[in-house]
Amino acid sequence: MADNRADTRVSMRTPLARVKGLGASGHGVEHWWLHRMTAVSNIPLIIAFVIIVAALAASPSYQEAIAIISHPLVAIILILAVISVTNHMRLGMQIVIEDYVHDKGLKIAAVIANNFYAVIIGVACLYAILKVSLGRILV
Amino acid sequence: MAEAKVAPRPLSPHLQIYRWSWTMAMSVAHRITGVALYGGIALFAIWLVALASGPSAFDNVQWFFGSPLGYLVLFGYTWILMHHMLGGVRHLVWDFGHGMEAAQRINMARFTLVGSVALTLAIWVVAFLAF
Repeated sequence: MADNRADTRVSMRTPLARVKGLGASGHGVEHWWLHRMTAVSNIPLIIAFVIIVAALAASPSYQEAIAIISHPLVAIILILAVISVTNHMRLGMQIVIEDYVHDKGLKIAAVIANNFYAVIIGVACLYAILKVSLGRILV
Repeated sequence: MAEAKVAPRPLSPHLQIYRWSWTMAMSVAHRITGVALYGGIALFAIWLVALASGPSAFDNVQWFFGSPLGYLVLFGYTWILMHHMLGGVRHLVWDFGHGMEAAQRINMARFTLVGSVALTLAIWVVAFLAF
């Protein structure tokens, strides 16, 4: 990322320390940046998701639902949406945990549980989308 | 050994001391809707896994989403999603350094609420008419 500060020369840290240290967290602005990136990618994906869900609600039978999810465009959009959303919610919930859970042990446990939940949701959704859509050619 | 005494330190005032403002309310709402979406996505995962499991599992899940309670959940979820999305756009605008003036902040906060309700109603009207 570009350094947008007005005058970088006022920094008390050497350029090497700034590059290597990445602050107290050790990972710089990665959390903040990925949260924003996934926020941006969420917008078009969620709009598409809402349209897909509306189409699914209008076609409630099993065969129709299979046909919709099997469509490559639908499956690809849903896969992208799941990846973007599960990452965004994982980062967001970690901020909430770090704001409100002050006990160190509880905080670590909550952050771990948060990561597990996001991965479980993501893998469950991706597996289901792939199982429904892979190898199913619509004729 | 002397007991370590904790000096009574002044605390900064917490939420209840402040008058509710639009920006404060929408900020709190943004976080609450985010947490709600975090839990609510499990419903979508359950629906997808049921679809992948076969017709009988799917019919059970579909029965819930087709019930009045299911529709209520979906309607509420739509609004929560739209509110969090518009609130997120507001934050992205701020990230670029715009919309920081008092009037702009309040207008954007109001728009988040009005816009999310309007979008939710529009989605459901269009969904019922178009599909």
